[in-house]
Amino acid sequence: MSIILDKVNYTYSAGTAYEIQALKDINLKIEDGEFIGVIGHTGSGKSTLIQHLNGLMHATSGDIYYNGADIYDEGYDMRALRSKVGLVFQYPEHQLFETTIFDDVCYGPMNQGLPKNEAGLRAFEALRSVGFPEELYYQSPFDLSGGQKRRVAIAGVLAMKPEVLILDEPTAGLDPKGRDEILDQLALMHKERGITIILVSHSMEDVAKYVGRIIVMNQGSVMYDGIPKEVFRHYKELEAVGLAAPQVTYLMHELQEVGIPVRTDATTVEEAKAEILRVCQGRIR
Amino acid sequence: MLRDITLGQYYPADSPIHKLDPRVKLLGTLLYIISLFIFKGYVAFVLAAVFLIAVIKISKVPFSYMVKGLKAIVILMIITGLFNLFLTPGTEIWRWWIFRITKEGAQNAVLMLFRLTFLIIGTSVMTLTTTPNQLTDGLEKSLHPLNKIHIPVHEISMMMSIALRFIPILIEETDKIMKAQMARGADFENGNLIKKAKAMIPLLVPLFVSAFRRANDLAMAMEARCYRGGEGRTKMKPLHYQKRDYIAYVIVSLYLIAMIALRIVWNTFVVPAA
Ligand SMILES: Nc1ncnc2c1ncn2[C@@H]1O[C@H](COP(=O)(O)OP(=O)(O)OP(=O)(O)O)[C@@H](O)[C@H]1O
Ligand SMILES: [Mg+2]
Repeated sequence: MSIILDKVNYTYSAGTAYEIQALKDINLKIEDGEFIGVIGHTGSGKSTLIQHLNGLMHATSGDIYYNGADIYDEGYDMRALRSKVGLVFQYPEHQLFETTIFDDVCYGPMNQGLPKNEAGLRAFEALRSVGFPEELYYQSPFDLSGGQKRRVAIAGVLAMKPEVLILDEPTAGLDPKGRDEILDQLALMHKERGITIILVSHSMEDVAKYVGRIIVMNQGSVMYDGIPKEVFRHYKELEAVGLAAPQVTYLMHELQEVGIPVRTDATTVEEAKAEILRVCQGRIR
Repeated sequence: MLRDITLGQYYPADSPIHKLDPRVKLLGTLLYIISLFIFKGYVAFVLAAVFLIAVIKISKVPFSYMVKGLKAIVILMIITGLFNLFLTPGTEIWRWWIFRITKEGAQNAVLMLFRLTFLIIGTSVMTLTTTPNQLTDGLEKSLHPLNKIHIPVHEISMMMSIALRFIPILIEETDKIMKAQMARGADFENGNLIKKAKAMIPLLVPLFVSAFRRANDLAMAMEARCYRGGEGRTKMKPLHYQKRDYIAYVIVSLYLIAMIALRIVWNTFVVPAA
């Protein structure tokens, strides 16, 4: 079971003077249970791409298959698709509307047709999993700080228990602790429930630490698609398109340049540490 | 989705019409509309059409954009046409049951349709070649004398330009919120009226919240930069007439004079002769 994109193109404001081709011939296959990071410079088409995955945007040309069915087929149940493929938008805090936080998180499950008590259970579970303080559950969502609103909005999608969870820069503007909490929670859900997660991010560190596959977008096309070690090996090319590799990748390259024989494909601090220790210990002996 | 709606959209191009002072275009449009209502006779009609087509050609805006504006008022045009067709008294040429068409009615209907078409296209030329900001600038400067009778011209035009500036932002915002709620299973299309109205709440509440937030931010930002209304305020790009603006005025005046002359000629020679 998977999501397949076949030659997907998308043009904004087609047929006007402001035409922009945001996606160009995108071919992708996303398998069940993957944890994918999507990176790319500002305006490279990341947000446009992910909105295609749950049918919110209709490709100008090309096909998208979810679990083998063409989602553009007549009579395809888009609402069912959207409850299976959950999407957390960039700055999701602007979508809150209910009088209490708890009710707002219930909105998704209620739309799925769940009875009230079950929706409530889902909401509790979701709010707890994003680490939201329990004493605030029945306050107005408009009185919260930006970061707290973000958590509520993410919980609003989690409560729908999607099979595929897509998050567009969920941690932008959060403090380091909040960022780690949310990402750790996602990693846990990925491990325990086996859901597919697609994470759009500008932080190479986050991507390197959590995901198993990276898709690099550049000007509407897929530039690289592979495991983090492979993708970050092209750090010079990534820099040329306004991206970068994780800090430790640079460190390892510099170490190698001054003559320390470390392998340069470490992408997380832990890997780098292990590699440096290995080389050092080799020297001491 | 929603963004595809075009409202008086600006079409960027490098043409003499785009470069004209907005005051020229405002006054020119006004005079053109007046000319449409004084014209009589086929020669005048041809002149009005030729003038419009020439301006469109010079403006480099594709003709299809001009016609877009017409779609919005098709119903209005049909109704006006029918009223003129059936309700004008005169020599009868066709009758069925209570409906009767007169020669004068048919003439009036055709004339009215052309007038409306020219009027809409004429104003489209202005809005397509002038940015909303230029337009309010031009309006502000043209109406400046009204300050003498204590009409706050600057404040009104400031409100206008802010409102115009915010329309696309709010449309985009609506689009975004709509999508975010659809991702949470909202259904804006199906169901009866009450259900549909209820489905709008998750859209309208965040929209109003964000509109107020934006208004607040904007007011704060304006105050932080010491905005205090129109008094003593200078412009970064003040409007100054250039040679081409005077030329344009001359051309429009000549056109208007020709139309008036044609009307006089028509009234004195053609109509009495008929
Ligand atoms: N609603 C829209 N109308 C017209 N053009 C748009 C719209 N949204 C995005 N674009 C254009 O499409 C391109 C891709 O935009 P997109 O939002 O997908 O980028 P992104 O990779 O998500 O960027 P960011 O990292 O800033 O979020 C950009 O060139 C942008 O200008
Ligand atoms: Mg984006």
